[in-house]
Amino acid sequence: MKFTLSWLKTHLETDVSVDDIAAKLTAVGLEVEEVRRPGDELAPFTVAYVVEARQHPNADKLRLCTVDTGTEQVEVVCGAPNAHTGMKGVFAPPGTTIPGTGVALKKAKIRGVESCGMLCSEREMGLSDEHEGIIELDPDAPVGAPFAEVMGLDDPLFDIAITPNRADCLGVYGIARDLAAAGLGRLKSADIEPVPGTFTSPIDVILDFPGDGPSPCPLFLGRYIRDVRNCESPRWLKDRLSSVGLRPISALVDLTNYLTIDRNRPVHVFDAGKVKGDIWLRLGQVGATFAALNGKEYVLDDAMTGIGDESGVISLAGVMGGEPTGCTMETTDVFIEIALFDPVRTAATGRTFNLESDARYRFERGVDPAFAGPGMELMTRLVMELCGGEASEVVVAGAEPAWRREIAFRPSRVKALGGVDCERSDSLGILTALGFACKEQEGGMVSVAPPPWRGDILGEADLVEEVLRIAGFDQIPAVSLSPTAAERARPALSPTRRRLGAVRRSLTARGMFEAVTWSFMPRQHAVLFGDAPDALVLANPINAELDAMRPSILPNLIEACRRNADRGFADAALFETGPVYSGTAPDEQRTVVAGVRAAAAVPRNWHGPERPVDPFDAKADALAALSAAGVSLGSLQTRTEGPAWYHPGRVGTLGLGRNVLATFGELHPGVLAELGAEGPMVGFEVMIDALPRPKAKATRAKPSLAASDYPAAERDFAFILDGGVPASEVERAARNAEKALIKAVTVFDVYAGPGIEADKKSLAITVRLEAQDRTLTDPEIDAAAAKIVANVAKMTGGVLRG
Amino acid sequence: MEDLHALEERMLAGIEAAGDLPALEQARVAALGKKSPLSQAMKGLGGLDIEARKEAGVRLNQIKRKLADAVDVRRAALERAALDQRLATERVDVTLPTRPEAEGTVHPISQVLDELIAILADMGFRVVEGPDIEDDFHNFTALNIPPEHPARQMHDTFYFGADEAGERMLLRTHTSPVQIRHMQAEPPPHRIIAPGRTYRCDYDMTHTPMFHQIEGLVIDESTHMGHLKGCLIDLARAFFEVEDLPVRFRPSYFPFTEPSAEMDIGCSREGGGLRIGHGADWMEILGCGMVHPRVLEIVGLDPARYQGFAFGIGVERPAMLKYGIPDLRSFFDADLRWLRHYGFAPFDVPTLAAGLSA
Repeated sequence: MKFTLSWLKTHLETDVSVDDIAAKLTAVGLEVEEVRRPGDELAPFTVAYVVEARQHPNADKLRLCTVDTGTEQVEVVCGAPNAHTGMKGVFAPPGTTIPGTGVALKKAKIRGVESCGMLCSEREMGLSDEHEGIIELDPDAPVGAPFAEVMGLDDPLFDIAITPNRADCLGVYGIARDLAAAGLGRLKSADIEPVPGTFTSPIDVILDFPGDGPSPCPLFLGRYIRDVRNCESPRWLKDRLSSVGLRPISALVDLTNYLTIDRNRPVHVFDAGKVKGDIWLRLGQVGATFAALNGKEYVLDDAMTGIGDESGVISLAGVMGGEPTGCTMETTDVFIEIALFDPVRTAATGRTFNLESDARYRFERGVDPAFAGPGMELMTRLVMELCGGEASEVVVAGAEPAWRREIAFRPSRVKALGGVDCERSDSLGILTALGFACKEQEGGMVSVAPPPWRGDILGEADLVEEVLRIAGFDQIPAVSLSPTAAERARPALSPTRRRLGAVRRSLTARGMFEAVTWSFMPRQHAVLFGDAPDALVLANPINAELDAMRPSILPNLIEACRRNADRGFADAALFETGPVYSGTAPDEQRTVVAGVRAAAAVPRNWHGPERPVDPFDAKADALAALSAAGVSLGSLQTRTEGPAWYHPGRVGTLGLGRNVLATFGELHPGVLAELGAEGPMVGFEVMIDALPRPKAKATRAKPSLAASDYPAAERDFAFILDGGVPASEVERAARNAEKALIKAVTVFDVYAGPGIEADKKSLAITVRLEAQDRTLTDPEIDAAAAKIVANVAKMTGGVLRG
Repeated sequence: MEDLHALEERMLAGIEAAGDLPALEQARVAALGKKSPLSQAMKGLGGLDIEARKEAGVRLNQIKRKLADAVDVRRAALERAALDQRLATERVDVTLPTRPEAEGTVHPISQVLDELIAILADMGFRVVEGPDIEDDFHNFTALNIPPEHPARQMHDTFYFGADEAGERMLLRTHTSPVQIRHMQAEPPPHRIIAPGRTYRCDYDMTHTPMFHQIEGLVIDESTHMGHLKGCLIDLARAFFEVEDLPVRFRPSYFPFTEPSAEMDIGCSREGGGLRIGHGADWMEILGCGMVHPRVLEIVGLDPARYQGFAFGIGVERPAMLKYGIPDLRSFFDADLRWLRHYGFAPFDVPTLAAGLSA
């Protein structure tokens, strides 16, 4: 919402500074986005008198002017054909920046003669496109005076953001009322003297709506004014509209804009000569076409309110008037419309057509239901003032909707809810100044009736806000929050969030970079990583590429690795912690940690050659993540299977029983190719929600340490196995052979090749044996070794290598 | 028999002269071996009378100990010299690089979330979470935003297709629905924060279709707007680590709070750059207000008894302001150069004890 200081002052008697007004506007909730002071920008430009304009000695088209600037006489070279002796113009001294061109002016020799400044055209001053000649000011303009002041261009312009609840401040008068209530001046009387009608309007208005639901138009006031003479608006009106960026058109049109901005009261004026018969308002004008004032045609649907005559729809209620019945300079009779339209319907109509207008903007936020009548009188008066004519009686269709209500207000709530010690009388004083009617009730209660322009005030909390914002939010004392003892005793983080924090920092310490990528991805990527059901496809994606909620984070990370490779960084290690989706229900969103490593795990270096990423990098990442999340790795089982987006022979699943905690492996070359990415890449996914919950423990104390004081023994074994036997089974068989004594089993060699039968492999393990209460004797160790060999043979078919 | 003193001097000289360990062994055998003059003299003690034997024994033992000590000293010296010589041949060029090791970084969004959580946890807030895919009720209606409310149009909501009943799920436009879910699920009092992903259908220099917010909610029987102010001023000053950070609260409008406010912090835009702190300008950082009585009613709380405040703060923008990150869109690009530059070391866990960004 834009308005100038002078416009504001037509409603507010005040002498406070622009800065103070701006500060107060923001303080009461009318946030100032910008204050433009054209006077400051134009300050160097002054009124100058051309003492003499003569021919430039060296150029036919140039003149040499002796200019009196008020402080001195200077010589100026000027190319304008209208520069002449005795005129007054706008002088720019050297050093100023010309607003229209952005060029800094310098003293310069033009065709051999020095020019000490410039006489400016309207275009150079940024006022218009006019560049035929220089500006010729009124002969009475005082020489040396600031040009902006003389031209009335120094009016500060406020641009404020109006929140959707403050429709009343979409009019300058409403803004003045808020400022007056906040102590910034006195609100001028806005009484409007009615204009008596002298005849019955030849046009009647029929509201033709079905009886149920909120009326699309509860009230429509019409008035016929005959024998008007449309004309160019007077200077004050043109200046006022121009100052807020509206283009003056003609008096009748300009007045509708003026009432809209000045009073938040949209008005429409029909050229009555072009209206055929009476005016009706109806829904259900399905298929009716309407030629709007913006030159476009619209086809109405069932839900829109059409305003029509015998010829059809001539106006779209609350949104835009029609071209054929619009006013022109030839208009002699007009029919003024001041109506109330249903905000919801108006908004929906505007949205359907993507049609913005000042009227729609106001109707959808709500206009003052009690101002239709006074608004009509004001419009009538202004039309007759500018265009003459004779007014009919007012045609009234419908009735003013009920808006009166009372709210029980306890002034003590200002303190209890707002925290401010505001005197009761001060609170009620603020409300009264804002137009609320306050009636004392028993028990300290006050019955408060909001004014008709404050449709947003519905409850006591709203009244507290009114008092607080006018008193100033800076009056609210700041009280720090401290936790209660109970709040201190328990953690702020959920177990999941705590785990994610540990996982994040653990993976980062392992050399991975944390990324955050979109929760959505191209559907053709999603289908490669599970499912992309229709339910998870966005109806209005930001672009066609990002249309499906992600079933996995991996594709986004693969894409990111590809982008990094394109930038010359192929060795990427990225992970993300975040949501994946299998449906739209809350429990179909799961938290996952996923990571991808691409190209080289270890770069070429003087200690050794480059090592490409392999599945064990991803397995290590997954195990590190699980460990950081508090999962005991000892009980995990590794299965040689996993989802289809991994290499079928290089994929694993980490789980507890059937519960899959993580998958890892080399990413399937076919999938990478579909994503346009180059391998090798390995990845993992840890299903955070599937991890066993940490057990609730009775004590924080750890169990006592059971470290043996006796030496441990280590024995190595090498087994010949079928090639397909997983190493983990050998480990498990060995470990389970003598649980009491075996503390650790570690694979230290795997071999297949010469010396070993085809389809067989040799697997070597080292076993650490230890007793709690004694040094193990050789016979004991030998007995344990025999059990290990026997159990490995039994469980895996492995035989001790000779 | 040789004079004992002379013998001692001779043997000591032999030990001292040993140039390497084998020579020293020879000298040791010569001085202390079974066939050495000293051993011979020891053997000859038996033939002396008791007094003479005692006297001679003491003297011989003194010499023996002295020679043995001399051997030890010489051995240590020779070993040290041998070691020095070996080490001299084992020199490596320590200017060579180490074996490759890698350390990654924590994303600024995670770090800033951790910072904000650290501050708010210290005020007694507990972290709760809710789903990204929401229904209309939790995202709008329960927050006092009826279907045709103009505020709803401002949210640029992502929708999914309609189901059989015509209901459309959506991507939450703010973290406020978590308030609703929490109040529906748990009895008051409430003091929670809800961090998470939020979505709006908007993509330009200053908007991304996905971004992060932290929602805060305090509900009890006495919390008023002074607590809101105190909490958020403390939050802003702790987060930006500027003790006297200028702050102001402006009346604003949100359908789910009444009164509503926006909070600005002081900043300076002098010289083109943006600096947080004292300056001529203000910058909005969050929206807040007292929870609307209608919202309390919707979740089944009696607004005559319960009251409190809510706030919503973005994560990316405070991160950009605090850490001088210029482009919002770069947060989601996973550019390794950006992650390395703007990310945080794994063990930079923000705590109030250590200082958030110390």
